Amino acid sequence: MKKDFSILIGGAAGKGSRKAGLIIAKLFSSLGYRIFIYDDYRSLIRGGNNFSHIRVSDKKVLSHREKIDFLLALDEETIKQHQSDLDKDGIIFYNSDHISIKNKKAVGIAIETMVEKAGGTFLMENTAMVAGFAKLIGIDWSVLSKLLEKEFKKFTGLNLKIAKIAFDDTKKLFKVNKLKQKSLPILTGNEALSLGAVKAGLDFYFAYPMTPATGILHFLAAHKEDFNITVAQLENEIAVINAAVGAAYTGARAMVGTSGGGFALMTEGFSLAAQNETPLVVVESQRGGSASGVPTYTAQGDLLFCLGAGHGDILRFLIAPGDAEESSFWAGKILNLSWKYQTPSILLIDKEISESTFSFDEKVLNRIKREKPLLWDKKGKYLRYKDTKNGISPLAFPGEKNVISKANSYEHDEFGITVEDGESVEKMQNKRLRKFVEMKKEVDRLESVKIYGKKTAEQAIIVWGSTKGPAKEAAERLGIKMIQLIVIQPFPEKQMQKALKGVKKLILLETNASGQMEKVLNSYGIKVDKKILKYNTRPFFPGEIEKKVKKLI
Amino acid sequence: MENEQKLDTYCEKTWCPGCGNFGILTALKQAIFSLIKGGIRKEDIVAVSGIGCSSKIIDYLNLNSFSSLHGRPIASAEGIKLGNPNLKIIVFTGDGGCYNEGISHLIHAAKRNIDITVLVHNNRNFALTTGQFTALSPKGFKGKSTPKGSIEEPFNPLKIMLASNATFIAQGYSSKINHLTNLIKQGVSHKGFSFIDVLQPCITFFDTYEEYNKKVYEIKSENLTSEKEAMKKISEWGYKKDKPKIPIGIFYKIQRPAYEKELLGDLNPSNLRNS
Repeated sequence: MKKDFSILIGGAAGKGSRKAGLIIAKLFSSLGYRIFIYDDYRSLIRGGNNFSHIRVSDKKVLSHREKIDFLLALDEETIKQHQSDLDKDGIIFYNSDHISIKNKKAVGIAIETMVEKAGGTFLMENTAMVAGFAKLIGIDWSVLSKLLEKEFKKFTGLNLKIAKIAFDDTKKLFKVNKLKQKSLPILTGNEALSLGAVKAGLDFYFAYPMTPATGILHFLAAHKEDFNITVAQLENEIAVINAAVGAAYTGARAMVGTSGGGFALMTEGFSLAAQNETPLVVVESQRGGSASGVPTYTAQGDLLFCLGAGHGDILRFLIAPGDAEESSFWAGKILNLSWKYQTPSILLIDKEISESTFSFDEKVLNRIKREKPLLWDKKGKYLRYKDTKNGISPLAFPGEKNVISKANSYEHDEFGITVEDGESVEKMQNKRLRKFVEMKKEVDRLESVKIYGKKTAEQAIIVWGSTKGPAKEAAERLGIKMIQLIVIQPFPEKQMQKALKGVKKLILLETNASGQMEKVLNSYGIKVDKKILKYNTRPFFPGEIEKKVKKLI
Repeated sequence: MENEQKLDTYCEKTWCPGCGNFGILTALKQAIFSLIKGGIRKEDIVAVSGIGCSSKIIDYLNLNSFSSLHGRPIASAEGIKLGNPNLKIIVFTGDGGCYNEGISHLIHAAKRNIDITVLVHNNRNFALTTGQFTALSPKGFKGKSTPKGSIEEPFNPLKIMLASNATFIAQGYSSKINHLTNLIKQGVSHKGFSFIDVLQPCITFFDTYEEYNKKVYEIKSENLTSEKEAMKKISEWGYKKDKPKIPIGIFYKIQRPAYEKELLGDLNPSNLRNS
């Protein structure tokens, strides 16, 4: 059997195709394979066609391909929608109680009959599908049953009974071998970034539900006792950001998460955090389109919005990790940076990272720790906005002995009293400007730009965020250079100059309609020769990039 | 008086001479001094404000303070309370911020019963922006945005608070300083969400001294747990011009679990790692 293959499982919403996909991924994961799952669903609760595209490989994978090797159809719609993507040697494994196909490469399984025979409900049809498929590809019953016992805490016996019937009834056509490498857990990007933030000392997560960031709220709410954190859902995004800034004022580390629309509502609060110098992390997980847009699909269309969000002269850390492990690392890093520089920051991801599932190497968590911010030395009178050399004023919190901490949204003096005279206003702005210089220096010390592919190549593609996954694969196959920009503000000018050394042709790739990164690069004097933009709210495929880039170089 | 001066700052007071806010500031300082005497640590008090004449008060107080955005001080205060549930938090907001811009936060904070005190400096107009109508301005209010008079009737925020399950509802008058001092003390001591609407004449844009001095009377604190009685009291005036009397005092006071206790248990996020 191939070392890199794809499985697509689909059905109407509510039929459990995602759960089935996850179990299949975990089966392969337990055998040492690396996983990437792209989940495709619409903004509805019942009906439609949901599918999970599971890529399985012996090497790390960060994107899914166009071609499918196994098409698992819980309903007929899945076959209609996806059979054209089936590889020439691909196999259809289908619900034969519902669908009839005359095709040599199709194997039917009577999942509805099996479930009925065992006395289960329609919700268990996906169990039969998974078990039959496991047998088809030659996975041992012991491996499958062990996993199912873990996965089904309720109706364990019944699910196992159904699985056994399906397993015994299916013919083995392949043999999947266990790999000699460590099995890795699988996590969504939302879960991975949550772990990173918790490792860096997160105390609070405030949110209002919004796809694709909702998974963070669900994950942290489910594990708040394990992580010793507090999770609160408030009345709207405006309450969310203002409460988070309030909590941070007391010394608690707070993060909020939303998508573009929610962040639009938060921008005044974002500006507040900049003005009153309160540490705060906003996770902005982009989705398609403006306004309500395309809620459950992906895009990189909020870059310029995030760069400019918040009125006034403010500088933020804007960091765009490219996969789950990077999201975890940078979620921790950005929380620490926010506290070090007492500034609001944005972790910019998208649906493709938030809701896709990745093999996750937990080693990345060892690189994250809670870094101590600059605290008051308890000498003299406490001045919240002390005019220091590097612009960073030591922190103290309400409730501490001898502390009067005055946080102010208005321009203020060192103590925190409102001022309006020109001299005082300029003095405080200068203090913040000196802090911005320190933030810029910090970016030079971080791995803000990464290089992949052939490092000496004269042709390079430049990407940011989730486009890293498919682009990296394409660059490696094409033998060209790939530049990934991770920290976008403050802009890592030195590292970019180094990365661009020797590059004669630069091609930009991003999933938005206007080429937003090009405008950013231009403002630093970097010229892009060609752009490849995708804006149907679906992520790039590696093969698609390979084909398009080939035509341009 | 000497002790109360310790609560002052070097900031110049810029309210108009005769502004009702001076009465609120005096009552507040008396209340805080008394609360400190009663055992509350000064370091544990946080004054939170929005934007407007009302919100200038925090600059005049030598206390921890957080100046929030217009309409958002309640949301900020909730975060502060959750960050450190030991803190005593008083929100100072105007009727414009509280009943116009940020009314969703007022309703939800009351619903949650988070242990903060919201003190509304209700001058019934946007004063710092030079006199436009708010949700509480009477119909016919002549401001620069309504030169022929506002066409909207005000609503009764006390009724909104009762409907939002607030556990402490009171009304004060900035000229009845000792009465207001007592309301603030009781509000801060109340375990849960306390709401005090303070009638505050705006001498420049909406001078209501004459009307309030004539109509305001203090009610007795009785039957405080009866929703029906509360409804009767808060409907007596209802911010209507033609009503002869304005009752002030505590209208409603009940006990129910506070939000921060339910959410946090014994956790204190602020001190968890910083003490």
